[in-house]
Amino acid sequence: MTGAARGPQGRQFAKTPTGIRGLDEITRGGLPTGRPTLVCGGPGSGKTLLALTFLVNGVVQFGEPGVLLTFEENGDEIANDVASLGFNLPELIGSGKLAVDYVHLERSEIQETGEYDLEGLFVRLNYAIQSTGAKRVVLDTIESLFAGLSNDGLLRAELRRLFRWLKDKGVTAVVTGERGDGLLTRQGLEEYVSDAVILLDHRVHDQVSTRRLRVVKYRGSFHGTNEYPFLISSDGITVLPVSSLALQHDAPMDRVSTGISDLDEMLSGKGYYRGSTILVSGTAGTGKTSLAAHFLDAACRRGERCLCFLFEESPKQLLRNMRSIGIDLERWVEKGLLKFHADRPSRYGLETHLVTMHKVVADFAPTVTILDPVTNLLTVGTYSDVQAMLTRMIDYLKTENITALLTSLTPGQTDIERTETTISSLMDTWLLLANEEVGGTHRRGLYVLKSRGMAHSNEVREFALTDRGLQLLDTSGATGEASAVRGISTERMHAS
Amino acid sequence: MKKSNGSAEYRLRLYVAGQTPRSISAFTNLKKICNEHLKGRYQLEIVDLLQKPQLARGDQILAIPTLVRRLPEPVKKIIGDLSNTERVLVGLDLRPAR
Repeated sequence: MTGAARGPQGRQFAKTPTGIRGLDEITRGGLPTGRPTLVCGGPGSGKTLLALTFLVNGVVQFGEPGVLLTFEENGDEIANDVASLGFNLPELIGSGKLAVDYVHLERSEIQETGEYDLEGLFVRLNYAIQSTGAKRVVLDTIESLFAGLSNDGLLRAELRRLFRWLKDKGVTAVVTGERGDGLLTRQGLEEYVSDAVILLDHRVHDQVSTRRLRVVKYRGSFHGTNEYPFLISSDGITVLPVSSLALQHDAPMDRVSTGISDLDEMLSGKGYYRGSTILVSGTAGTGKTSLAAHFLDAACRRGERCLCFLFEESPKQLLRNMRSIGIDLERWVEKGLLKFHADRPSRYGLETHLVTMHKVVADFAPTVTILDPVTNLLTVGTYSDVQAMLTRMIDYLKTENITALLTSLTPGQTDIERTETTISSLMDTWLLLANEEVGGTHRRGLYVLKSRGMAHSNEVREFALTDRGLQLLDTSGATGEASAVRGISTERMHAS
Repeated sequence: MKKSNGSAEYRLRLYVAGQTPRSISAFTNLKKICNEHLKGRYQLEIVDLLQKPQLARGDQILAIPTLVRRLPEPVKKIIGDLSNTERVLVGLDLRPAR
């Protein structure tokens, strides 16, 4: 299974897919077929895992047998390491499609006298390749040889010979290397493996870790040059290719109900546009989540799949709270239509959140997605970081034609917050909720600040959270007090 | 090429890959050392990895030629063409390292 891509000179290069989500997009098809690729990074950056995933996917997904020559961990250790990711190495080895050879050198038991070469390594590799019919080979981490043998000059010559030999064999190889001082790898392997180089990085900033991947070099092929965040989760590696941001998504004309018929009415009678992005902002306790719950409930009633990211409450809390206003979401969870994904924002960095959300969305394939509340992400990033992250997320959701509703918590009874003004440009529809104290009672007001592509109401409507959900109060029956809500709120809400 | 001596004190195995000049020279050097220092006390086995590639793994062979002292324990490995007799003797524990 190889894909072809055209190099800058117009030559055709075959590519071998890694089967790693995102990486094949960045490299436009995978690694160069029949050539070695260097994967380098610091300790714990995920080199071995990436290499093994490439190998196992080869066997499992693409029918390409593989060979692992490991210099650091023995077969059992490797098998244990990857078992948690669902790779069953012993089974693959048993099927004869994967061979693992642990190459171990103990310097203390070796005496060097006179000339030698590393033909033994070639013999072993060749034997493993032949016995499995391997198309993919992983060498992890070959630099360990430098610790076992003293003749650096000879080692370098032999490595050069090895990489040439691998090319002659026509196998697609992944060679891992430890990041060195000022060099991509300690021993300067990049000098020998110069077809493709992938750099992995694991940074911890403010106790929050983010993994990043960069294609440093890919001879004869276009590739994404950015740093891409990636994720190591229970089902392997996911790399997030930054979406094009080319604003090419469709603009569907069909509409979806907000779940509140009076609100549909305010949005030119039909509700939100499908695939659009809605921001619901307001201070604490104004009913943002309730508004989202109505939308979820309505979508599930239509049999659509909904995904709800929670950054504050647990799913149980939310289900309980919504039950108290008469919205039973639990049945949709039981039916498998509604899925919650709750994560503390501080659990990891924004980019990791982004990759995680991407992956969860891709896996669940919803038509409606809720993010509640996005403002909690500000605890792990700056305004501009959050905006950049949301831009990418929203862009992705739009590409997939997923309707997204984001809630945003406004800290106080002040002007519209900076967060909101920064992300509001990404929004198609912006709803504002406010709490006002009028005559000793709390009044809730709702206002459609903007809604692109439709004639929407400009009224501030008073609403109540009842045991039958969020209900807009009748405008015709509006009392003086309700008008007061309208008046105050309008004044404040016109900050846009 | 085998010299059997069931009760041999030294059990040696020389790994080569084909009849290369280096392999031949290693074999010649080894024979000479054995005759001079281990006469009647050793057993030598030659393994050609081109014929038995599967054997490379068991003894963790990378370098060619490699001489493995399988007995007495601990296992010792001497890599190279064995041209430096002194170092071979040290490697075989026949002479203390200086």
